[in-house]
Amino acid sequence: MQSTIDPAEVAKFEAMAAEWWDPDGKFKPLHMLNPCRLDYITAQIASEFDRDLTKRGAFEGLRILDIGCGGGLLSEPMARLGATVVGADAAAGNIPVAQVHAEQMGLKIDYRHTSAEALAADGEQFDAILNMEVVEHVADPLGFLTACQQLLKPGGIMTCSTLNRNPKSFLMAIIGAEHVMRWLPKGTHDWSKFITPDELFDLLRQAGLDPVDRKGFVFNPLGWSWSISDRDLSVNYVTASVKPGA
Amino acid sequence: MDYDVIIAGGGLNGSALALALASAGLEVAVVDPLPVEARVDPGFDGRSYALALASQRLLGALGLWEGLAAQAQPILEIKVSDGRAGEGPSPFVLEFDHAEIEEGPMGFLVEDRHLRRALLDALTGAGVTHVSGARIAGHMPGPAGVEVSLEGARALHARMLVGADGAASATAQRAGVKRTGWEYGQTALVAAVAHAYPHRGIAHQFFMPAGPLAILPLTGDRCSIVWTETDAEAARIQALDDAGYLAELRPRFGGFLGGIELAGARFTYPLGLSLAQSFVADRVALIGDAAHRVHPIAGQGLNAGLKDVAALAEVLTLAMRRGEDIGRADVLERYQAWRRFDVAALAAATDGFNRLFSNDLGGLRVTRDLGLAAVNALPGVRRGFIREAAGLTGDLPRLLQGEIL
Repeated sequence: MQSTIDPAEVAKFEAMAAEWWDPDGKFKPLHMLNPCRLDYITAQIASEFDRDLTKRGAFEGLRILDIGCGGGLLSEPMARLGATVVGADAAAGNIPVAQVHAEQMGLKIDYRHTSAEALAADGEQFDAILNMEVVEHVADPLGFLTACQQLLKPGGIMTCSTLNRNPKSFLMAIIGAEHVMRWLPKGTHDWSKFITPDELFDLLRQAGLDPVDRKGFVFNPLGWSWSISDRDLSVNYVTASVKPGA
Repeated sequence: MDYDVIIAGGGLNGSALALALASAGLEVAVVDPLPVEARVDPGFDGRSYALALASQRLLGALGLWEGLAAQAQPILEIKVSDGRAGEGPSPFVLEFDHAEIEEGPMGFLVEDRHLRRALLDALTGAGVTHVSGARIAGHMPGPAGVEVSLEGARALHARMLVGADGAASATAQRAGVKRTGWEYGQTALVAAVAHAYPHRGIAHQFFMPAGPLAILPLTGDRCSIVWTETDAEAARIQALDDAGYLAELRPRFGGFLGGIELAGARFTYPLGLSLAQSFVADRVALIGDAAHRVHPIAGQGLNAGLKDVAALAEVLTLAMRRGEDIGRADVLERYQAWRRFDVAALAAATDGFNRLFSNDLGGLRVTRDLGLAAVNALPGVRRGFIREAAGLTGDLPRLLQGEIL
């Protein structure tokens, strides 16, 4: 992995990695949400493959794809749990940044500048796909989810999170997060691309997957932290779906 | 990476944390400057701890309580009264009876030698690396972990370092954590006494002008006393022979348990409040006295330390099972956020309590006597105090509820 990075660029990428991974930096909202995302992802994968999270190396032998991996905020935890991880991002700049950070951490992760569609065309197969906060950014959600379905082994599981489309999510995610709190750069999200949970379930089914679970990620302004909710899917939410045929 | 966590300090808190983390599957090393022989002293030296119910539950969750129960004295009742040497307690007595809360006794008295032994024995079977008789020369945080160098040039590597090395924590000093606090000009005289009549599990707290005298029931017809005097007076009393010491103690203790004799060595502890300005630093977390040393007026020192143990063990274990880097600043901040407010409140409360009770101004004495009587008259308020003393208030970590991680 190191061989693909121009040594002259390493310092720059290290600085960018430090920014990605600074809990109080530019990606603070993602870091705050991350424990919740990981709680959901690890519980779903452990349950699907009958793994015990109290044991070290709980995900050993599992091949996991982190689609839209960014700086590797989800890829690294999966690697620590013992999984073989491919991190893919459509933004070429993220790849060396994620690579230098994984090296600093002593983790082996296969980061690639590619897309779900390209990976599917290459015939890649995974036990689990982390598809988190991506679908609201793609031009053709059904095409994208279908490629993900092709990437899953039968009996494999995909977690997919996104933002609901309703007046509250407009207020929270666009006005709140981008304009008031400035957590995210203005224009990060296009509200019209947000998807309701029912619409997402329909899309997942059309893509050939079997949706099995949905939960909300809820921000609690008093505790200034996120939690998982069974009922409140009004803004951020996450789903799990399984590829039939195992 | 050799370990997930290296713990500096092999005292009660350090050992309890090592045990909690190891039982949750983490790789742990304890580096203790004292050799094991110094930690395991078979004789009773007079020191004991008032374990809050929540602390007892933690020991239960760690599998230690079964072995300790036979040597533990349950506290069934606490009587708080105002007194002056030679006069005995004032008529206004505040009584806390465990029958008022459903959870059971308010706590237990356990001798230091038994608790220490139980923890050390458990460490041996728990797969914890115990580096005893070794001093830490320095530690160096890096992007993925911390290097801890031992005197003699050996180095250990872990994701994070825990400072469980007391109020003069070298870990905190090296990490640049400043402390705030003050001395009270008071010293606690600690000893065990044997007495003629049974104590029936009742703990007493007499508020004397110089400071409180706590009489805490041990197993058999014995009590542990924590007797607070001004520094000068404490030094004078400690210098007396046993007969002279008892002659000073008797009029304060009173005759309600019959004749008293010393039943162990005598100790003194200068009282002070010392708070670390932060409980975390780069790849470092502080627990116990390294984070906070409070006035031991309510016996809350070890209990507060075990709360740190329970909170930190839970934060690190959950982070580990999520695949997070357990030494990262945002993970450690969860521990600090959980404990800091509670500790500051405890420090303020015990400090205020001590200032209120450690004087002999007539008006104040009447006021606090009426205060004691008022609290005693209100069952709801009294139950609140009992639950607080039992450690059952606040956002409790799982271990303090008796659950394993």
